[in-house]
Amino acid sequence: MTDTAHGHASSTGISNVKLGMWAFLGSECLLFGGLISTYMLYRGRVTGGPRPSQIFDIPFTSVSSFVLLMSSLTMVLAVSAAHKDDDRKTNLWLTVTALLGATFVGGQVYEFTAFYKEGLGFSTSLFGSSFYTLTGFHGVHVTVGIIMLMSLVGILKRSSVPGKKAEVVEMIGLYWHFVDIVWIIIFTLVYLIPV
Amino acid sequence: MAIIERPAPTVPAIVTPTTTYGLLKRPVSATGWRSWVFTVDHKKLGIMYGATAMLFFIVGGVEALLIRLQLAAPNGKVLNADLYNQMFTMHATTMVFLFVMPMAAGFANYFVPLQIGARDVAFPRLNAFGFWAFLFGGIFLNLAWFLGGAADGGWFMYAPNSGPVFSPSNGVDFWALGLQITGIASLTGAINLIITVLNMRAPGMSLMKMPIFTWMITVVQFLLLFAIPVITVALFLLSFQRNFGAQFFDVAAGADPLLWQHLFWIFGHPEVYVLILPSFGIVSEVLPVFSRKPLFGYPFVVFSGAAIGFVGWGVWAHHMFASGLGPVSVAVFSLTTMAIAVPTGVKIINWTLTMWSGKLWFTTAMKFSIGLIVLFTVGGLSGVTHAVAPSDTQQTDTYYIVAHFHYVLFGGAVLGIFSGFYYWWPKVFGKMLNEKLGSWNFWLMVIGLNLTFGPMHILGLQGQPRRMYQWTEARAGEGFFNLAFWNLIASIGSFVLAVGILTFLINVLITSRNPQKAPLDPWDARSLEWMTTNPPKEHNFDVVPTVHHLDDFFHQKYEEDAATHTMKQVRTAEEIMAEQERNADKHIHMPSPSYWPIVLAFGLPVITFGVIYSHLISVVGGVIVLFAAYGWALESSTAPDSDFETNTPGTGLDKVASNHD
Repeated sequence: MTDTAHGHASSTGISNVKLGMWAFLGSECLLFGGLISTYMLYRGRVTGGPRPSQIFDIPFTSVSSFVLLMSSLTMVLAVSAAHKDDDRKTNLWLTVTALLGATFVGGQVYEFTAFYKEGLGFSTSLFGSSFYTLTGFHGVHVTVGIIMLMSLVGILKRSSVPGKKAEVVEMIGLYWHFVDIVWIIIFTLVYLIPV
Repeated sequence: MAIIERPAPTVPAIVTPTTTYGLLKRPVSATGWRSWVFTVDHKKLGIMYGATAMLFFIVGGVEALLIRLQLAAPNGKVLNADLYNQMFTMHATTMVFLFVMPMAAGFANYFVPLQIGARDVAFPRLNAFGFWAFLFGGIFLNLAWFLGGAADGGWFMYAPNSGPVFSPSNGVDFWALGLQITGIASLTGAINLIITVLNMRAPGMSLMKMPIFTWMITVVQFLLLFAIPVITVALFLLSFQRNFGAQFFDVAAGADPLLWQHLFWIFGHPEVYVLILPSFGIVSEVLPVFSRKPLFGYPFVVFSGAAIGFVGWGVWAHHMFASGLGPVSVAVFSLTTMAIAVPTGVKIINWTLTMWSGKLWFTTAMKFSIGLIVLFTVGGLSGVTHAVAPSDTQQTDTYYIVAHFHYVLFGGAVLGIFSGFYYWWPKVFGKMLNEKLGSWNFWLMVIGLNLTFGPMHILGLQGQPRRMYQWTEARAGEGFFNLAFWNLIASIGSFVLAVGILTFLINVLITSRNPQKAPLDPWDARSLEWMTTNPPKEHNFDVVPTVHHLDDFFHQKYEEDAATHTMKQVRTAEEIMAEQERNADKHIHMPSPSYWPIVLAFGLPVITFGVIYSHLISVVGGVIVLFAAYGWALESSTAPDSDFETNTPGTGLDKVASNHD
């Protein structure tokens, strides 16, 4: 996006936007690091309400995790199509990625509702506060990703994207993969490892 | 203003947006307030950062004076206990987050692109957004004064004191949410500067040919990049607890208040280096110039700065020795804290050896730099006493701690900043600050700060607790070490300090009225920011420099005489400038101004305001943010070629777009 503003190539050979996204994701690692640490400290602290093992539905969450991981695959296909300058396929795969992401978020909404009905509120216990905060932050990240993907589809259709198309698709792809990788860590630590 | 056409330096180019990109036509004015509010020029933003930080410095300074007035005599009546708590909390918050950090950001914004021979930063609009977010965040933080009282839990806001039981006013909410906004500003600023340094260096400028100031700023931006998210998490936990009923620091629910301390200091200790390293960078520029020698051991200064950046992550728990961490943790953090003194000591030695046998020129900038070396060392030495856990346990929460961090922050960071003012003023404003007043400025500040903070060592070792709002005659003690005498001295000192800073402001005023222009290269300087006009043109350099040496500007002026092995001047700065003008690049595209940074930044305090008062307001803020984000994304950072027209005298408006390559 900004490269057009400057006459010379970048010193590293990587474009500003891509390097900027990498830096941002580095920062995000620490954000999720702090949230995950908080959850790990508090996950066993239940003074009232259900314990983790009583409410987690591992098969359900495994399926929605699988859906999210598949969205990384479709994201790769979108980036590949963008590099080949195939607008139709780029749009197709971006839309599929967004839909898979939306399925995951829908699953999370369902899960939160189910947990709430089983007695785990945000203020029920330290486990509740830290569980909803951690997974909620991740859910917001996925949602922001979906908004970016859908906006990108709209912008590509109007073909008014500033800068190189493939570059922008790739940058949002980086973000999307990062959010997926974080979910693998969260799924393992929160759901799979018993308290 | 977005394009510089040459040759026609007297006639400004006119930009007419023929194509509307995004949601609004982009701003075009190059004069008046609009040229500042919508600017994306890193130099203007640098000045805006500096001016705003200076205002907050005065606010924080007045708060400090009120604190010292309260403690000057026994049974102080200036402030009540509640107001006193708010005062020291906001004094620290203002000085750390709204003065030193943004002032360093101002210097970084202005000089990093110039020092690396770039015409711009990597993300000009993000840069502008960072400034506005900082300004709105700072205003939001201080709004609490008028809406029921400011935050009162101390700048590190320990839990559970920060909870609704002990801090019932909205002060802590304003504090936590305001710092989120300034945090966003720091994060975007960090990403922008890191990518600028990594990607936009002039041809030939390898990392080890970068000026040391740019190096230190780079280390600082990496620290911010990784430290800000940690405080972000901590602040979210705090806000969720206060506003949405989470239990993170609720001891009754089994919570561990130490979690806050760990998160805060994992951010907080790197933050300390965020505050001091920019000043280390400034001093490392000033000392060689006024010693007429290159910096002694440049690679050592670079690597010790980087080492501080790494080791700075492993010392946070030394803020928590009194909290019962257990012997192993205490021993480990004790050792790492002693270890981090080593790279700092390396720098002190390098600066001293830079001056050694140099032809010293005692300008005001030089005096402030020497002041930093001496006074930072004093603060560093008391810092080493904190590394010794048994002694630290005695000193925790006494005035000894207050003495220590004011020596490193005022004697270190602030003196470095003032050194930068005097050194770079002619570059930024084209005029020299008055050296005579500068000398007064320096001595009043140095005497004032020693009078203020020196006695605090004694007060602390005598057991005066930090943050107590009154002391009584009966418990002041007797003899030389009585609290009454030293408290009075500290209070008198704080007013001497204030007069010193007032001298600086008077100096600025006098200088601005002085018609005399600064010479092109007043200090016979060494680095690239001096290889352009004072103040620099919008596009910084007529020709993007090609770099061959560390201190390339110096090496263009001086060459070694083979016979005598001394450096001889072969060119003057004026000759180098004239040559640049002759070979000036044609058609330089600069990024165009934009509405979106300020609009997007304005949405943030609206959201946070809504979190406290009504979630409906948050929705409005969210809509503003979303609207601005779309406007931003749809607008390219440089207006398209077809938008550029130049006004050529005699021929009227003349399209030049077709001439573009």
